[in-house]
Amino acid sequence: MSQPSMSEALRGVVRRDLLLAMRHRSDVAMSVFFVVIVASLFPLGVGPEQAVLRVIASGVLWVTALLACLLSLGRLFTADYLDGVLEQTLLIPQPLAVLVVGKVFAHWVISGLPVVLLSPLLGLQFGLSGESLWVLTLSLLLGTPTLSMIGAIGAALTLGLRGSGLLVALLVLPLFIPVLIFGAGAVTNSLAGIGSEANLSLLGACFLLSLAFAPWATAVALRIALD
Amino acid sequence: MYFIEASDRVGETFANSTTLKSSTLRQSFVFNPSGIPRNMFQTVALSGSRGDRQLFSDVSVTVKAGTLLAVVGENGSGKTSFLRMLCGLLSPDKGTILWQEKDIRQLKELYTAQLTYVGHLNGIKDELTPVENLKVSAYLAGDASSGETVQQALEAVGLGRSAHRLPTRVLSQGQKRRVTLARLWLSTRPLWLLDEPFASLDTAAINYLTQRLQVHLSRGGMVVVATHQEIALPTDSVQHLRLTR
Repeated sequence: MSQPSMSEALRGVVRRDLLLAMRHRSDVAMSVFFVVIVASLFPLGVGPEQAVLRVIASGVLWVTALLACLLSLGRLFTADYLDGVLEQTLLIPQPLAVLVVGKVFAHWVISGLPVVLLSPLLGLQFGLSGESLWVLTLSLLLGTPTLSMIGAIGAALTLGLRGSGLLVALLVLPLFIPVLIFGAGAVTNSLAGIGSEANLSLLGACFLLSLAFAPWATAVALRIALD
Repeated sequence: MYFIEASDRVGETFANSTTLKSSTLRQSFVFNPSGIPRNMFQTVALSGSRGDRQLFSDVSVTVKAGTLLAVVGENGSGKTSFLRMLCGLLSPDKGTILWQEKDIRQLKELYTAQLTYVGHLNGIKDELTPVENLKVSAYLAGDASSGETVQQALEAVGLGRSAHRLPTRVLSQGQKRRVTLARLWLSTRPLWLLDEPFASLDTAAINYLTQRLQVHLSRGGMVVVATHQEIALPTDSVQHLRLTR
């Protein structure tokens, strides 16, 4: 009997979740359409004034990314919980926190990465300059995995509860605030010519902190949910 | 109040026809063909509850190599909870579960590497084909997961090749259960914990599974099964734990 190594187990979880996402392309497409539509409504609603759009760009795009993450959190553990796959995942002979990292990474690839890749195009609608577009993309690249990590804790804590969708929003939205402030602030500072390094560094710190603690907290919450 | 009753045949009371409370079940048989140490798996004074309801208390049982423990009892008697405790998915109120005389809470992943659990839920994905489901679960369990091995396992459980490439969601409940149970044909782990494995199965599938259990036991494996069904295995390799109210 050969036991899977930690990296093999991690790869296995990621591969399974990505394969499932491929079978549910409509879910992935819906997240992308949500981001595109919400981000496009603001220029239509506010009007074509470039100065106004530039001011609201960072906030609007970051809140859109945040909501897209929130919408997809329901899919993170619920299906596995209902069909018994989560039980089997808990019995994989590797630390559960490592397997959680795999699930969160797959979640980010499905829901966060498309937002990151689309962000330069969305930023153009708001009249962002080349450098600001770059900062926006970089901030989302650092921030969206953090959102997925934090969101996973909420998704695990509310697993199996009635009205978990609303509850997870109430739990994680306050925790998203620092990421939102640093992410949107990076773009705003870039537009003001102040420099976005400090905000990006703080975003990086948030990512590392969430990587260190969120999988562990999520694993504990999952064990409680199944107990 | 719940009592633990031990019997060597479903419906038949063990030893002196007594209902035992706070009992330690003793096995009278010796079945150890592979030389694996005896008393590998034990529960000691295990008590469990769901909410305010006491399911069972002070269950002490030993499962030796080459033997099957059939956990029987009416609906709601706590069979599933008992099995989930043995997996480590559920925490007991009291008592300990020992694997090779060590507490499973200390062994953690070392213990889960020794068991295969087939739960009440199938643990398969409707969107994936039976082959994909089995490949993924075998890969994650560290079992052989090549396409050919997986196909052979599915055929061994009586699932024809035509069903291998269909999404699992189009299969019947019985076929889905077969996909789940095909994991046992790939598993090389010594301890199998099976929750109602015969549910939804037809006679042919029950026979396949019984044969597979027999092979596993003959190799020195251990099985704990929660079931309502009589298991057609030699009586010297089967013991019963009855959970009753």
